[in-house]
Amino acid sequence: MKTEDWVSLLATGVEPIDAKRTARRQLLAIIGGLFGALAFTAGILRLNPALSHAVVEPMFWIREAYCAALALLGFAAVTRLARPGTRLGLVPAGIGTVVLVMWIFAATVLLRAPAQDRSHLIFGKTAAVCPFLIALVAAPLFFSFLWVLRELAPTRLRLAGAAAGFAAGSLGALVYSLHCPELAAPFLGTWYLIGMLIPTALGAWFGPRLVRW
Amino acid sequence: MQSKEERLRSLLIRGLVGDASAYHIFLSELTAHLRFFVRRRLAHLPEEVEDLVQELLLAIHNQRHTYDRAQPLTAWVQAIARYKLIDLLRRRSRTNGLHDPLDEDDDLLAPADGDAAEARHDLAKLLQQLPDRQRLPILLVKIEGGSVADAAKRTGMSESAVKVGIHRGLKALAARIRSIS
Repeated sequence: MKTEDWVSLLATGVEPIDAKRTARRQLLAIIGGLFGALAFTAGILRLNPALSHAVVEPMFWIREAYCAALALLGFAAVTRLARPGTRLGLVPAGIGTVVLVMWIFAATVLLRAPAQDRSHLIFGKTAAVCPFLIALVAAPLFFSFLWVLRELAPTRLRLAGAAAGFAAGSLGALVYSLHCPELAAPFLGTWYLIGMLIPTALGAWFGPRLVRW
Repeated sequence: MQSKEERLRSLLIRGLVGDASAYHIFLSELTAHLRFFVRRRLAHLPEEVEDLVQELLLAIHNQRHTYDRAQPLTAWVQAIARYKLIDLLRRRSRTNGLHDPLDEDDDLLAPADGDAAEARHDLAKLLQQLPDRQRLPILLVKIEGGSVADAAKRTGMSESAVKVGIHRGLKALAARIRSIS
């Protein structure tokens, strides 16, 4: 077919694009994923019975802020990488800063603590299961963010897949924190981060196959 | 260059709200730029240029909802073009080893005895081999001359699926005809 004919074919009967449709579908995807993550956390893992005492501790809110900040940055990375020709800008630097602040905080906590307490500050009681449970809680969110990418047109597939994984991992960690009793900064800087990086790695690995168009 | 970007951008934005004639001008003016972009990068594959240009137009059309109005149009178009170009090159490098080189001498001496009726018959037979989602759009739009909207309604497919079907189907037909002759 001649290219001019092709152009005419594409241009006939074009429907107006609803600019808010994408935002609506993103919201829907995230609500669906959050619902799945919350159902898993509350229904199978159970909420932390000491939650009502924990909320008065400043460390509880530092942990929530840490996860929420990373989740927002991860979501910003997903929406940017989902559109052709947009730049990530300061998003990676923002993620680096949040992690670095947590590490500096963790190092101060460790240095000030008596030597015999340090191992407990790092490993807590749940280090062995924490990263895997975060990855499990993040699974429904991971599909939500992949769906967001598939609705749009990412052109850097590996990076886009990794961003979807990271956004899911950090939002998953926020939900998982409703179950998790650990509040020490060294624990959060290690096992929470590893939990977020599991779906990130999966996203980078499978991204090129899952979000190509 | 600046004014060209502005002009194409405003045409596209009018197209996005449903102004088909502005959208038509946008696509046809963009075609020249795409052809230039593709030709420079596919100098060694001149027979692929027009195909890729058409595929790029389709990709831009199908993904027009991903254009953010605050964003430079050039960056958006280039990212799509580069993505599809890499996709094509990767596909070719993967399948090239499977193709038999065409023996051009055979074509030259092939008997030219098919009459028009036989050609129509052959076309119908070839069409039969295509899957429904390609055959029906070609039949309804290209052979019966109906509109895309009509074909979409009759097949229950979306309009863009009809357009994709026509594009892919015609390409598949051309490939089959080439392999027969």
